[in-house]
Amino acid sequence: MAIEVILPKVDMDMSTGRISKWLVADGAEVKKGDPLFEIETDKAAMEVESPGTGKLGQISAKEGDEVPIGQVIAWIFAAGESPTGAVQSKLAMPILDAPAKAAPVAAVETSTSNPSSEIRATPLARRMAKENGVEISSVKGSGPHGRVLSADVEAFSVKPAPVVSKAAAPTAIAPPAENGAVLVPHDNMRKVIARRLTESKSTVPHFYISADCRLDALLKLRADLNKAAPVKDGAPSYKLSINDMVIKAWALALRDVPAANVSWTDAAMLHHAHADIGVAVSIEGGLITPIIRKAETKSLSAISAEMKDLALRAKTRKLKSEEYNGGSSAISNLGMFGVRDFAAIINPPHATILAVGSGDQRPIAENGAIVPATVMTVTLSTDHRAVDGALGAEVLAAFKRYIENPIAMLV
Amino acid sequence: MADTNFDVLIIGAGPGGYVTAIRAAQLGFKTAIIEREHLGGICLNWGCIPTKALLRSAEIYHYMKHAENYGLSAKDITFDASKIVARSRGISGRLNMGVNGLLKKNKVQIIWGEAKVTKPGEVVVADTKKTIVQPQNPIPKGTSGVGTYTAKHIIIATGARPRVLPGLEPDGKLVWTYFEAMVPPQMPKSLLVVGSGAIGIEFASFYNAMGVDVTVVEIMDQVMPVEDTEISKIVQKQLEKYGIKFRLSTKVAKLDRKADSVTATLEAAGKTETITVDRVITAAGVVANVENLGLEALGVKMEKGCIVNDGYGRTNITGIYAIGDVAGPPMLAHKAEHEGVICIEKIRGLDAHPMKKDQIPGCTYCHPQVASVGLTEAKAKAAGYELKIGRFPFLANGKAIALGEDQGLIKTIFNAKTGCLIGAHMVGAEVTELIQGFVIAMGLETTEDELMHTVFPHPTLSEMMHESVLDAYGRVIHM
Repeated sequence: MAIEVILPKVDMDMSTGRISKWLVADGAEVKKGDPLFEIETDKAAMEVESPGTGKLGQISAKEGDEVPIGQVIAWIFAAGESPTGAVQSKLAMPILDAPAKAAPVAAVETSTSNPSSEIRATPLARRMAKENGVEISSVKGSGPHGRVLSADVEAFSVKPAPVVSKAAAPTAIAPPAENGAVLVPHDNMRKVIARRLTESKSTVPHFYISADCRLDALLKLRADLNKAAPVKDGAPSYKLSINDMVIKAWALALRDVPAANVSWTDAAMLHHAHADIGVAVSIEGGLITPIIRKAETKSLSAISAEMKDLALRAKTRKLKSEEYNGGSSAISNLGMFGVRDFAAIINPPHATILAVGSGDQRPIAENGAIVPATVMTVTLSTDHRAVDGALGAEVLAAFKRYIENPIAMLV
Repeated sequence: MADTNFDVLIIGAGPGGYVTAIRAAQLGFKTAIIEREHLGGICLNWGCIPTKALLRSAEIYHYMKHAENYGLSAKDITFDASKIVARSRGISGRLNMGVNGLLKKNKVQIIWGEAKVTKPGEVVVADTKKTIVQPQNPIPKGTSGVGTYTAKHIIIATGARPRVLPGLEPDGKLVWTYFEAMVPPQMPKSLLVVGSGAIGIEFASFYNAMGVDVTVVEIMDQVMPVEDTEISKIVQKQLEKYGIKFRLSTKVAKLDRKADSVTATLEAAGKTETITVDRVITAAGVVANVENLGLEALGVKMEKGCIVNDGYGRTNITGIYAIGDVAGPPMLAHKAEHEGVICIEKIRGLDAHPMKKDQIPGCTYCHPQVASVGLTEAKAKAAGYELKIGRFPFLANGKAIALGEDQGLIKTIFNAKTGCLIGAHMVGAEVTELIQGFVIAMGLETTEDELMHTVFPHPTLSEMMHESVLDAYGRVIHM
């Protein structure tokens, strides 16, 4: 029987250890008790002895790798023995700092791959992680060999969410520098945002077009519609926001210009059947993009109600993964912060994202005279592989038409 | 000169102690175990194992009497109580020898005598003062004896003994504990069993099967009070069919011991009745053996008569550990074994995890058998869980019907929010062998999904486990 060489727990608090040095080469004969490798924790370094006698082989963690405790990192084979299927599959367990495999992630993850199947976790832990939008690989397991238990996911989920925004972050990993700066470790959402947006901005050819939209008609229609809202239980049954109307207008524009409602894939262009609009919601420590599905088919009041529910649950981190994964386009609205215009980074697999600024009173020229008007500037970012300039202009023009003639959204 | 210095000294060679000793030896510790009476403890000598032998005889006797149900005929069916007891003792003896062999094989030194911890790291062994229960298996050869022994780690695994209720003190003749009940010289005509926990119900079931008129008194309002109410009701109904009488919410106020019979005064809801029986078995639970071990002098922390440990067997005194019955409920052999292994693995520095006490199964070998793990419906509700409950009766299972055992139920309790199995309760034939499937499922935090997608072999009783899960989610097939 081949003997597993596992990364042992040498320190109370350790969950991973870094292999600082292999003392024996792959394929060498070792005796039980021979020093095999050195590991380093944040507190100590020590030699680990061979658990058996035989030929060292199948080393799966190299020097410098950070490995979870309990993970098999090599095998000791008796004479004439070779790796079995079981051995092979165990070797496939992830090394923490191999990014291609480890796939940390939560919030805006849309990848269809499922690296979590390689993580030791109980079925209940997996289910709870999925429902809480937690990536199982980022949860530290307290069970045997680091198995992730439901209690671990629970503890992870209720953690005072991301540490990022609060200056008094308790978990600084390094002593303050002389100028008082502190290092706050990244939480999972921060890592996801960093990874995905870096990937998008460095691999997707972004292209930007902007347009000014007059809002006066839309504001009037909104006021009229809200005034007309039937009263139920002493409260109006809906209260539309400008953003609700922007969502609807953008969905209808994508419906009208279906060539822009696409996603780039290497093999073929994916034409979406519906406008599934992701709406960026800022939450503590980051952002998340819940999706209004088939937004072009929904009434303004339905969109409004759905958006309220999604935003609320986004802020309490109660979204299910299917509620923020996928989609065909997105909207990012910073108008409420007084931003005039900005350009957003596309969130793949989307090919477009609409950045919405504030609606301000601006002087505009109309029929040869300067008149005041409420104007909103929007900037469309497109993935040029999928949506060219003219096509982008066409769908943006369609959007502007709905915003400026909002009554058309009602039919 | 025999060795007196060890890495690990274990006091008590019951299932907790001897298993811990073997695991300690496996882990490379120089290990000794101290025993004053019998290797294998109560479990193997006076509990789990010899009762299973008795109950097996009762079961076969029952089948012989009902042979015609299976198209067979058996005439002049009788039994010889002394041979049934002899078989039970023989099995116990065989396993007792087996423990001796296992300890020797693992080079665990056996020390014979009564131990007292004089200070951390030191145990003084003296001659046994306790009156040894008879009959007894021979003391193993090659043991060490009286003397002072030292070890860095001292593990107390002294177990428990029958609880004595005032007025119901056992006398060895008329009022029995499990010791006497295990070796009846002949069958009494009538029997009063005080307590309807596992021990009481098993003896009630055995003696009833052997033709004894059995009455069971239970102070709670439910037979087998720790079990799910629904299961308890089925057990009661079945046992009543066999002729056992139950007095629930009843206590024994007085025992009047005559020459060869006992008149018991029973009290229920202010009313009293008297009942005269040949013998009484008291089965009102067990208490931990914490006395005369030197624990008070050392300041070892205790609560409710048991030693307090930290989940890894460690007491408040460094170097002194406690596992098994002496370390508190549930007082079950399998809990003791597991607790001992966790304790010694933690000492070795392995990645041990405290036992999940809510996932320790319990089994009772009456006919029909009872087995359960996790929360009862009442406890789950009290804990505030929203529940999904599944039930599947033996009546609808092909194998059960073929066995001629169509009475019973498998009940599963899920946390409706998460789909996690939080309780499983069974009554019926062979359920003690089935429960482990659910124990594994709970240990792995399995949800209904995996259980529903597990293929259960046909035709087996285990299919009812599957159906019960399906029923909890409205998908039952054979009902």
